[in-house]
Amino acid sequence: MAILQSPAGKKTAWTLVDIFVIVYALFPVLWILSLSLKSSETLADKSFFPTDISFEHYETIFSADVSLFIRPLINSIGISVIATLIAVVFGTMAAYAIARLDFPGKRALVGVSLLIAMFPQISLISPLFEMERALGLFDTWPGLILPFVTFALPLAIYTLSAFFREIPWELEKAAKMDGATPGQAFRKVIAPLAAPGVFTTAILVFIFCWNDFLFAISLTSTENARTVPAALAFFTGASQFETPTGSLSAAAVIITIPIIVFVLFFQRRIVAGLTSGAVKG
Amino acid sequence: MTTQGPNPAETAAGSTAVAEPAEDAKRGNGKKNGKSALSEGKRAERRLAWLLCAPAVIVMVAVTAWPIIYSLWLSLQRYDLRFPDDTEFVGLDNYVAVLSSGYWWTAFGVTLAITVVSVAIELVLGMVLALVMHRALVGRGLVRTVSLIPYGIVTVVAAFSWYFAWDQVYGYFTGPDDAPLTQTIPSLLIIVLAEVWKTTPFMALLLMAGLALVPDDLLKAAAMDGANAWQRFTKVMLPVMKPAILVALLFRTLDAFRIFDNIFVLTKGQNDTSSVSMITYNNLIKGLNLGIGATMSVLIFISVAIIAFVFIKLFGTAAPGSDTEGRR
Amino acid sequence: MAEIVLDKVSKRYPDGALAVSEVSIDIADGEFIILVGPSGCGKSTTLNMVAGLEDISSGELRIDGERVNEKAPKDRDIAMVFQSYALYPHMSVRENMAFPLRLAKVDDATVNRKVNEAAEILDLTAHLDRKPANLSGGQRQRVAMGRAIVRNPKAFLMDEPLSNLDAKLRVQMRTSVSKLQKQLGTTTLYVTHDQTEAMTLGDRVVVLRGGHVQQIGSPQHLYDNPANLFVAGFIGSPSMNFFPGQIAEGSVRSPLGTVPLPDRLKDAVQAGSGQRDVIVGIRPEHFEDASLMDDASRERGGLVTVKVDVLESMGSDAYAHFTVEQSEAIESAELAELAADSGRTDTGSDTGFTARLSAATTARAGEPIELWFDTDKLQLFDPSSGKNLVSVE
Repeated sequence: MAILQSPAGKKTAWTLVDIFVIVYALFPVLWILSLSLKSSETLADKSFFPTDISFEHYETIFSADVSLFIRPLINSIGISVIATLIAVVFGTMAAYAIARLDFPGKRALVGVSLLIAMFPQISLISPLFEMERALGLFDTWPGLILPFVTFALPLAIYTLSAFFREIPWELEKAAKMDGATPGQAFRKVIAPLAAPGVFTTAILVFIFCWNDFLFAISLTSTENARTVPAALAFFTGASQFETPTGSLSAAAVIITIPIIVFVLFFQRRIVAGLTSGAVKG
Repeated sequence: MTTQGPNPAETAAGSTAVAEPAEDAKRGNGKKNGKSALSEGKRAERRLAWLLCAPAVIVMVAVTAWPIIYSLWLSLQRYDLRFPDDTEFVGLDNYVAVLSSGYWWTAFGVTLAITVVSVAIELVLGMVLALVMHRALVGRGLVRTVSLIPYGIVTVVAAFSWYFAWDQVYGYFTGPDDAPLTQTIPSLLIIVLAEVWKTTPFMALLLMAGLALVPDDLLKAAAMDGANAWQRFTKVMLPVMKPAILVALLFRTLDAFRIFDNIFVLTKGQNDTSSVSMITYNNLIKGLNLGIGATMSVLIFISVAIIAFVFIKLFGTAAPGSDTEGRR
Repeated sequence: MAEIVLDKVSKRYPDGALAVSEVSIDIADGEFIILVGPSGCGKSTTLNMVAGLEDISSGELRIDGERVNEKAPKDRDIAMVFQSYALYPHMSVRENMAFPLRLAKVDDATVNRKVNEAAEILDLTAHLDRKPANLSGGQRQRVAMGRAIVRNPKAFLMDEPLSNLDAKLRVQMRTSVSKLQKQLGTTTLYVTHDQTEAMTLGDRVVVLRGGHVQQIGSPQHLYDNPANLFVAGFIGSPSMNFFPGQIAEGSVRSPLGTVPLPDRLKDAVQAGSGQRDVIVGIRPEHFEDASLMDDASRERGGLVTVKVDVLESMGSDAYAHFTVEQSEAIESAELAELAADSGRTDTGSDTGFTARLSAATTARAGEPIELWFDTDKLQLFDPSSGKNLVSVE
């Protein structure tokens, strides 16, 4: 990409490219933030930036009936956290086996999880809908956690086994020579090294669960287990007749906050996790 | 013994160091595949491995394998939850009904169009973004951070943002009389825009991983051989990156084919903008017609399988997982 | 400090492969022993068995007279330096070196004192608070050494500790390892594939091949009296030259000409009277440019005229690579393995020979030259068994 040859020119060119990328990436985020901060009167002024800052929509969603936003928010957090924990624990075990142990069926396991990663989730909706209604799981937390874990597992297994392959396992031997018991070798040497990979995977899995929409609208019917993305689709605002745009935007901004936090603090890890898991397979 | 000269043993060090892992493998707890009876240690290793994999396998199989079979069964039934008493085995009637329906084929065409157009745009934009993230002289970290936002953000949130941006009343992009989201072509373009915006960074990250595999020396060598920047890109970088590109394309194509969230929020599938996932959802959850819904599910599954198959056949064995034994 | 005895120690893998076969070594207290051999010879396996990282299939390992076969590594009180150094990346240099002491529940004051002492010895004091990732290769190597010496173990085990360093640093570290071992007087078992390290470092060298001990002895003994073709070819650099030959009536005939057997060899080979095939070995340094010799010296050796293919001048001396006409090539499993190990089969120069000459030599590439060789230094080997006809144990 030889845009300009002089160092200063190159710098300017790159800065322009940076600005373009930033505008591209942030536009929808800023727009919804702007909407959420506009007062009801100025909501339709079609200006990109709010003329006056108002928090009324945030107040609305937190003071309205809990079934509107608070309950879905709790569902979202609870279900995503639990699903993430389960997926990471199961994924860590399986990934350790794949990276470190030799056993028949390894390729099959990797193949199956790849298949699931590419599987059209809609194809599972009807049988899951039927089965969950039969088992009493429909519209419950476990009813969503189960498919979340299933579709997060391939991601977890891929990312983690890529991380585990990077761990210099000779360190385990070194620790034994330094006088460690197998337990100590794991706790003091291997676990600290594996922790960043597990943590990164947890972030990726959480983002995946947090993002889900299809399962959430298909396998829930009430605020019992409905997560925020699904709730947004059924948003009605404070009253039936008032347009929900403002409160919807406010709710959207709130569920975007954890994503922004992850991205800001763990950019490097997320990039490493996504690329290692996806490409090295 | 004063050996200041070239020392064969020392020069051989390189090759020996490479050969050593082989010995390592032999040493490592008898990792080598034995044709003779399995030792105790080997059996214990297998047991442990299976034990460790069991929970993951059980969950994945329970939530996918059985439902797939059940789906096939459902698709052969007339089964409408509104008329549960009318349930009966109808063979392939559901398939005939779906495949002879204009709705299905419109949705299929829409899905294919969205997939092809958005993946093509994403590939180009993603490659540009990957180059920026890989090579930027200024603000590389910033660019990487910012581009992760579209990847991480909840699709529904982004979709609502686009919805409001093109909305007749609130829209930043629209005048009081425009309502692009009520017309088919503009709607589809906006859907593609939303899709491209959201997934280009992911594509770029996958491509960037591929870029990292292109050795700098190779590009320098090509420059010395007289290749200009474009030739270096097309003749050196792209071929070396081919596996990464194919993986990214495959992932994204299958992902785009399942498009649902964006359409649901942006148009609800009105004005012929439904994707196959969208009409399946409508039949299942809104229409409660499980038989027809399951039939569509099976058809989508088959389409995805065909796409994956075509990719792998067309582009060789570069598919992900084909060397899962690990390169290291 | 300890004495370590390997008594017919063997390693057989579950798949039946025999990696180490009845290796017996008596290592005296404070001795520096080198295990050397080409890759796959079983040297690392042997070391791992001493460490306790691998089980011993048969035989006995005794440390200070006590059988330790069944003991876990941590109960053997020996330290190990790994080829990759195996430094814990999440710990600082100080924490790395303190790790074994912490595991042994040593009190803080002692830990600090010992770590500081070790850092002093290894010149690491300035780097104690850095992470391994921020260290150079040489520094990492020293940290690995430091981690081994802090707890005054009974013995050091070193698995090719210098092979990840560049050539210059390797020479430097070789000296410091040797100095350190002398200073501490700790029994050391050192694995390498580099015969230069083997020659310069060890009190005694154990040459292994295919899991079998070929010869044990001081470096000089191995150099002067190699037990077989393999040891002869492995020890010494450049390697010994081998020619096919016959002995008859007190003289030896080879492509180098027919020369009388020196007294040393005459007695040894007399037993098998009559004519017999042998392999004649002579080291490059036992050649000289005949034109540089005075007559008296020339008398003591043989003369041969060869064509020089390549002349490499080293400044202090010159290596002349030459070929000779020979009716038959030598066939020996040992030589083939040696050649394969050093990659010589690839270069296609397996019929080439090397002579080390004074820098003043008049030899030129492509021209013939008359070489003198020291018949006293000839080695004779049995072509079928590879054994040295003169065995001096």
